[in-house]
Amino acid sequence: MSIKAEHLNYIYSPGTAYEKQALKDVSFEILQGQFVGIIGHTGSGKSTLIQHLNGLTLATSGSLFYEGKNIYDEGCDMKALRSQVGLVFQYPEHQLFEVDVLTDVCFGPKNQGLTPDECEKRAKEALELVGFPEKYYKQSPFDLSGGQKRRVAIAGVLAMQPKVLVLDEPTAGLDPKGRDEILDQVAYLQKETGMTVILVSHSMEDIAKYVNRIMVMNHGEKLYDGTPKEVFAHYKELESVGLAAPQVTYIMNALADRKIEVKTDAITIEEAADEIMRSFHD
Amino acid sequence: MGIIQTDKLTFEYAKHDEEGNVIGMNRAIDEVTLDIEPGSFVAILGHNGSGKSTLAKHINAILVPTEGSMWVNGCDTKDPNELWNVRQSAGMVFQNPDNQIIGTVVEEDVGFGPENLGVPTEDIWKRVEDSLKAVGMLEYRFHSPNKLSGGQKQRVAIAGVIAMHPKCIVLDEPTAMLDPNGRKEVLRTVQELRKQEKVTVVLITHYMEEVIDADLVFVMDEGHVVMEGTPRAIFTQVDELKKYRLDVPQVTMLADELQKRGLAVPDGILRTEELVEALCQLKQNI
Repeated sequence: MSIKAEHLNYIYSPGTAYEKQALKDVSFEILQGQFVGIIGHTGSGKSTLIQHLNGLTLATSGSLFYEGKNIYDEGCDMKALRSQVGLVFQYPEHQLFEVDVLTDVCFGPKNQGLTPDECEKRAKEALELVGFPEKYYKQSPFDLSGGQKRRVAIAGVLAMQPKVLVLDEPTAGLDPKGRDEILDQVAYLQKETGMTVILVSHSMEDIAKYVNRIMVMNHGEKLYDGTPKEVFAHYKELESVGLAAPQVTYIMNALADRKIEVKTDAITIEEAADEIMRSFHD
Repeated sequence: MGIIQTDKLTFEYAKHDEEGNVIGMNRAIDEVTLDIEPGSFVAILGHNGSGKSTLAKHINAILVPTEGSMWVNGCDTKDPNELWNVRQSAGMVFQNPDNQIIGTVVEEDVGFGPENLGVPTEDIWKRVEDSLKAVGMLEYRFHSPNKLSGGQKQRVAIAGVIAMHPKCIVLDEPTAMLDPNGRKEVLRTVQELRKQEKVTVVLITHYMEEVIDADLVFVMDEGHVVMEGTPRAIFTQVDELKKYRLDVPQVTMLADELQKRGLAVPDGILRTEELVEALCQLKQNI
């Protein structure tokens, strides 16, 4: 039960003046149930990479195995793959289109060939999972607030009951509370259902708070792959590739520079507070 | 009189059902009165749907008040004869860089605004050069905008606004789609502009760290201005901000947490250096 990429290469418009290698020899294995963050500057290949995960973009060379089967083999059931690996694009609320919320969320399961009753059941479960209030099920999705629209869009993918949920910047443009609510819900799903979650984000603070593994992309290559603590320890290198570490990492390093004895690997407020208190009590 | 001034500004719109019948009114802005000093840096915070973007759209008369008034550089935005003056006084930069770039070459894009103002050709070139220099994008003047990074595109969009020589720039979540470096680039540019061009900056954002250098912060909720003050005064009210679905910078949160655990850290810490300094002081006194 895993997604395994071996030497993925992807070249845009090969043989033309616009030729560009968007992925260079990318290999990794993501096990079922992991919560993985992908970070990288604009144009680093993050979005191209995740579009490979459900076969939306096909690699120029290399292999991608889903549950042991190479999805590039002839006869691979792409439709089945896509209902197992659910992709939530950036600004997914732009893809809402139905007359009411419930019908919109039913669209995915309907296309999987489920009966209307089954679709509705799935849709209701999915909306409940994202914490969407029942009294708005019959509202037009266009009358909802930004945060609510995004929940509906995520529910639309969850209703297909994927084993892997890939989210491309799910919190861009949301207010702080909306950011926390969506990510808390996703973290809850990952824990409760054992779903694999792959989160692309520009917020280092969010990444540090939620994921247990980070892959860093830079110019189409995988630069780092490790736990958040391992990756954010390279904060200076991250800056040189257009990224950063969470603010607390900088605080801990600045304290250490001033000869205050703290471990510098704290990446959340909790950890930083614990570590600073410890240094004061010693 | 301030560069941007409102008196009980209210904006109401009708909600329609599927057949197009009016089913009620919605007050996006409810009697907001404010006065912004020329040359200041003002930030507006508020959750999604709190009315901040609606307010911003009033500043260059994309929307006009349904009740009350707004004046930009002394011009009433409701007066159709003042429309050009208002739009020339206040320029806007939006969230998505790809939606606001129209030229196929960077310098062409920046020149579009002044050209439409009827500025003589030599002056346009001078303005283009000056504005690109101001945002640090001069070396890209002959590049195609679609090859630029998000942060660079936003800087070009800002240059396009500056080239119109506005008195005031309104930035509506200009960093929402950018990576950390792009965010830094755009904020640094905004800071430079204030210093060099003396323009008034109105920044709308969901990133709390971005407003710590503002002169004044407004917090909006349900169409009202519910909090108003310096960043330090606003961010000391952690619980109040949470009530409005907002947050404080991570360093402020950490200082707050340390206070709760009994460390004598001062109130209103906004920067990494401030917290580090405070903790070093405490250490020395032990």
